[in-house]
Amino acid sequence: MSHDPGYNFAYLDESTKRMIRRAILKAVAIPGHQVPFGSREMPLPYGWGTGGIQVTAAILGPTDVLKVIDQGSDDTTNAVSIRAFFRRVAGVATTERTAEASIIQTRHRIPERALREDQILVYQVPIPEPLGRLEPRIAETRRMHAMADYGLMHVKLYEDIARHGHIATSYSYPVMVNGRYLMSPSPIPAFDNPKMDQMPALQLFGAGREKRIYAVPPYTSVKSLDFDDHPFRPIRAPQTCELCGSRDTYLDEVLTDDVGGRIFVCSDTDFCTERQAVREAAE
Amino acid sequence: MYVATKGGERAIGAAHAWLAEVRRGNPDLPELTAAQVEAQLGLAVDRVMAEGSCHDRGLAALAVKQARGDLIEAAFLLRAYRTTLPRFGASTPLDTNAMALQRRISATYKDLPGGQVLGPTFDYTHRLLDFCLAAAGGSPGGAPEAEASTAPSPRVTEMLAREGLMQREAPVEAEPGDLTREPLSFPADRPLRLQALARGDEGFLLSLGYSTQRGYGGNHPFVGEIRMGEVAVGFTPPELGFEIDLGDITVTECQMVNQFKGSRTEPPQFTRGYGLVFGHGERKAMSMALVDRALRAEELGEAATAPAQQQEFVLSHCDNVEATGFVEHLKLPHYVDFQSELENVRTMRASVEAGR
Repeated sequence: MSHDPGYNFAYLDESTKRMIRRAILKAVAIPGHQVPFGSREMPLPYGWGTGGIQVTAAILGPTDVLKVIDQGSDDTTNAVSIRAFFRRVAGVATTERTAEASIIQTRHRIPERALREDQILVYQVPIPEPLGRLEPRIAETRRMHAMADYGLMHVKLYEDIARHGHIATSYSYPVMVNGRYLMSPSPIPAFDNPKMDQMPALQLFGAGREKRIYAVPPYTSVKSLDFDDHPFRPIRAPQTCELCGSRDTYLDEVLTDDVGGRIFVCSDTDFCTERQAVREAAE
Repeated sequence: MYVATKGGERAIGAAHAWLAEVRRGNPDLPELTAAQVEAQLGLAVDRVMAEGSCHDRGLAALAVKQARGDLIEAAFLLRAYRTTLPRFGASTPLDTNAMALQRRISATYKDLPGGQVLGPTFDYTHRLLDFCLAAAGGSPGGAPEAEASTAPSPRVTEMLAREGLMQREAPVEAEPGDLTREPLSFPADRPLRLQALARGDEGFLLSLGYSTQRGYGGNHPFVGEIRMGEVAVGFTPPELGFEIDLGDITVTECQMVNQFKGSRTEPPQFTRGYGLVFGHGERKAMSMALVDRALRAEELGEAATAPAQQQEFVLSHCDNVEATGFVEHLKLPHYVDFQSELENVRTMRASVEAGR
């Protein structure tokens, strides 16, 4: 497949890609640290994944196989649109199979299938600053990161417990990376947090509007913040997937009528399809 | 079963086709040309050039047409195009003193060298709908013409500065930063702040400027001068080594004169708020000048207590392409996060019920 001749391979010009790669290298060298970068104005709106798109564009090669998911699914409109963008400007092969992809760009989920060393997971990040809700001034949060001054976050979690009996954060659940930097895992459900820990794949995070890149290198410690007497607990709907029967994956709740009818199905559509095939083969 | 997992690609294609259809509107009516937009909706084109931070009337007009008149969407289109352009250098500073004036007014002096020139302004029109414009066909009688004045029109703030009453800006030798290439970090210096304001949203700056007038960071402004007209853009190519004239662009400049009671190191004098925008954008230039002055609070030793005086607040939120992206992204699917919130709320409700 060839790419649109009106644009450089993967849309960005080579010097911009080099600038982004330098930011990525720095981010990999300091796991969890947010590296400012000269984010460009992309032809897709801020909030639609411009950071993830720039990271993907900077690391993409002609032989890569790209998978794009949003909410765990390859067929949500924005995933379809980003996949079509890269098909057009890079002409790369795309896939919906997690196992076949060399680069997976995602919004709000980590695939259920364990990732490998030869894969890279690129997260779209709306707000890279984990302390942002507690302290909106970036000049101040940078200082807090420099001093590893994370008391404010612990107090917030403690207050959750005092008020509600448990930590009331269910997504964008803050993590400590390599025992040093507090990091936002992006708005993935807390259910996905444990997958980040010691993951064999490289994890890259791009925030276009906020102009930050950060990374978790392969096999790096990623711990969800918690307390000894209130350990971290991943949240999922306790039901079973209507389609594949899964009891251990993250589920979407789908309303089927307006009188309380609902079913639960896997959010990761590729994983669900695979399980359905396995189940059918067994029958 | 109601689980829509396929069809996204087809739906997007259909949506784009529908959009093209409504953009064209009633096909019985003649299609609007980009040239008509450029000539007859000039202020929309100016605003899109300013907020798209790209001076190209033809492209801005095309963007207005493509965006169906949505000016923020048009600025976004222009910005996305602008990023793909190579950057071959920076112009020499515009000399607005040498502007070919279409309009020049001062609120601080009744008369002054160069005089007051009203120019093509809405200022003293009575806002009565002109039904003659609804019945297309007529052309205006034409404005009376006079010899262009050759008298110099020195800037009001410069005349005050000569008297020592207006603080002079310290010249900065360093190359100014470029916030489209390097991420903004705080505190940002004045050149960067002005860059951000120049491409900032007119409505946002208008309201912030207004807030300073109503007491939130006020600094008693006078319009020293507003001037609008053509200025030459000069550029020195490294291979030539001397400056060449690239052409003229229309800009609007506003210099606000503000009281300053003086500090330990500075005598009482007036201080400047500065606004400059592409095209005829008086409202934006004035708002920008108010906000620029408010953002100087810290350097002038004033208490920075109001929103307009806090640079992180102003500069992080003045860009309408960024703002509209993040506000509107809320309409993208969020059902994974919502699901975890659902489970969270259900758990909390269950524990409340159990505690009863």
